[in-house]
Amino acid sequence: MRFANVSRLYGEGEATVRALDGVDLTIERGDFVAITGASGSGKSTAVSILGCLDLPTAGQYFIEGHPVQSLSGDVLAALRNAKFGFIFQSYNLLARTSALDNVSLPLIYAGVGALEREARGYAALAAVGLAGREDARPNQLSGGQQQRVAVARALINAPEVILADEPTGNLDSKTGEEIMQLISSLNEARGITVIMVTHDPKSAAWARRRVVFSDGKIASDTRVSA
Amino acid sequence: MNARATISLALSALLRNRMRSALTMLGVVIGVAAVLMMESLGQGATAYIGATISGMGSNMLMVVPGAPSQRMGGGSGGAALFSLHDLDAIRRGARDVALLSPASQRPLRTVVGGLNRSTVVTGVWPDYLDIRAWSVVKGRALTDDDERQAAQVCVIGHTVEEALFPGRAALNGELRIHDVTCRVVGVLETKGASAFGMDQDDVIFMPFSTWSRRIAGTDRFGLVMAAARSQDRIDDARAQMTSVLRQRRRILEGDEDDFAVRDPREVQAVLDQVTGILTTFLLGVAGISLLVGGIGIMNIMLVSVTERTREIGVRLAVGARSSDILSQFIVEAVVLSAVGGLIGIGVGLGAAFGLARLINVPFIVPTAAVPIAFGVSLLVGVVFGVFPARKAARLNPLAALRFE
Ligand SMILES: Nc1ncnc2c1ncn2[C@@H]1O[C@H](COP(=O)(O)OP(=O)(O)O)[C@@H](O)[C@H]1O
Ligand SMILES: [Mg+2]
Repeated sequence: MRFANVSRLYGEGEATVRALDGVDLTIERGDFVAITGASGSGKSTAVSILGCLDLPTAGQYFIEGHPVQSLSGDVLAALRNAKFGFIFQSYNLLARTSALDNVSLPLIYAGVGALEREARGYAALAAVGLAGREDARPNQLSGGQQQRVAVARALINAPEVILADEPTGNLDSKTGEEIMQLISSLNEARGITVIMVTHDPKSAAWARRRVVFSDGKIASDTRVSA
Repeated sequence: MNARATISLALSALLRNRMRSALTMLGVVIGVAAVLMMESLGQGATAYIGATISGMGSNMLMVVPGAPSQRMGGGSGGAALFSLHDLDAIRRGARDVALLSPASQRPLRTVVGGLNRSTVVTGVWPDYLDIRAWSVVKGRALTDDDERQAAQVCVIGHTVEEALFPGRAALNGELRIHDVTCRVVGVLETKGASAFGMDQDDVIFMPFSTWSRRIAGTDRFGLVMAAARSQDRIDDARAQMTSVLRQRRRILEGDEDDFAVRDPREVQAVLDQVTGILTTFLLGVAGISLLVGGIGIMNIMLVSVTERTREIGVRLAVGARSSDILSQFIVEAVVLSAVGGLIGIGVGLGAAFGLARLINVPFIVPTAAVPIAFGVSLLVGVVFGVFPARKAARLNPLAALRFE
């Protein structure tokens, strides 16, 4: 994945906000990248564009050499479905929907049949340590458990890349640590690329590469030796 | 995403908000129910009236004095009554008239022992009962001999039999009508109430000769009853009778008739017209209520799309295509309106069944209206679901996820 001089502008004229301002960034397969920086520096914007939730206003974003702007909406949807898994600070689970249904949601759009969806949903919940809570609704789960459901949902369609926007931001440090362990194990055991926005130095310490954003630009990009 | 998944998704979304879903489909329920109920009752009433009219005798024609244009008042407008010479002339000059009878009637007090009753007594020729396709179930009908001899005999309807001969045989019983003693020779088949609610079995028939000599005191009469040779001869028979009567009554070329030939089929035609107007009116009402129902669905779907913006964002983020979102919301609207339509069909038919029993007309399932009503309610869902669904499908994934 490669950003070439990517900019993302919000608003027009005087009020224009340059959320990203000419960013060049290449992310290698299997890497574990932490993105840090001040609030409003463009971290979420960058991750959203990387995950095809949004498109650059200017510049080019290439996935495996293909410019994303040339892809149709349906292809972008398919990429979000199969290639990327998202984890958000606020979990973004469907309310009044069981953990099992939340986890297997991506499979509906992958065209997977009901029986297989259920089986894979059970397996994914078990993999994040939530076996037995399949029927629980989000409001019956703790924050850490909800984030585990979100991780299971991100994992279920065997993505190549996990995009996490402050995954521990709403969690206490102990629960955050557990979630970080889970995410890190995905990177190590399954070779999934992880790109994670975080404010928390302890979380950032799990990554192998640290990119710091400032005012929509990359201020520093360092590799952390383990 | 396949159709089954889409439908089960829509159902679970609607079931999550049962009360709102029920209220949303109410407009469609009421619209469809009203149409089906009225359509069923209309068809029932038409069938009932049609059966009554054909029960009058299918080739029947009636002639009454008074110009057709003055008939609304009901009176003869001073036009002369008919005479037996008129009937002779019709018999000779109207080839397509097969059966012919005078009819003259009056309600009279009828006494049997200690019992008495006011009943319409009619003097007729023997043909009369054939014209009305009315048979005798006990005893015999009136005969030509009765007529020739002015016999003091009569046939009576079922109601008269019950009222004046309770628990005993009416045949050969004696009635006193207006100081004339009549022997009952026959009891008529039951006809029930007429389309206008009159008891058709509360009747007594006697030979016209007896009637005119002993009761009316005149052989002039106000009604000619005739039957055409066959169904397709009715119009010919009518034209022939008209021309004979115009001659007899010395009506000049170009002047209006001072009598009217009536055909029960005309009543049917008027009823059909009324039913037609009613149906058109109902379709209008139905259209409006379905429109209102559809707008209700659209309104709630728009609210729902706004409320569920984050849900849409989550779905888009995990790989829903905008066409998946579009079909999800259209299917929700269609399920609402289709379920509303089905409930409306059930409610409408149920209400029609109850009302049909209450007003005593046959209950008819309007077979054409049921699928049309269902189809229209599906259509309402599609038409009014498209706009909110497109709004949902056009959302940008990131903006939807960040929606507060
Ligand atoms: N939808 C939007 N409309 C206008 N401005 C926005 C929008 N989204 C983000 N921004 C602006 O873009 C900048 C970068 O935002 P973001 O990427 O969310 O920052 P971070 O995640 O680093 O806190 C901020 O100044 C923010 O106000
Ligand atoms: Mg952010």
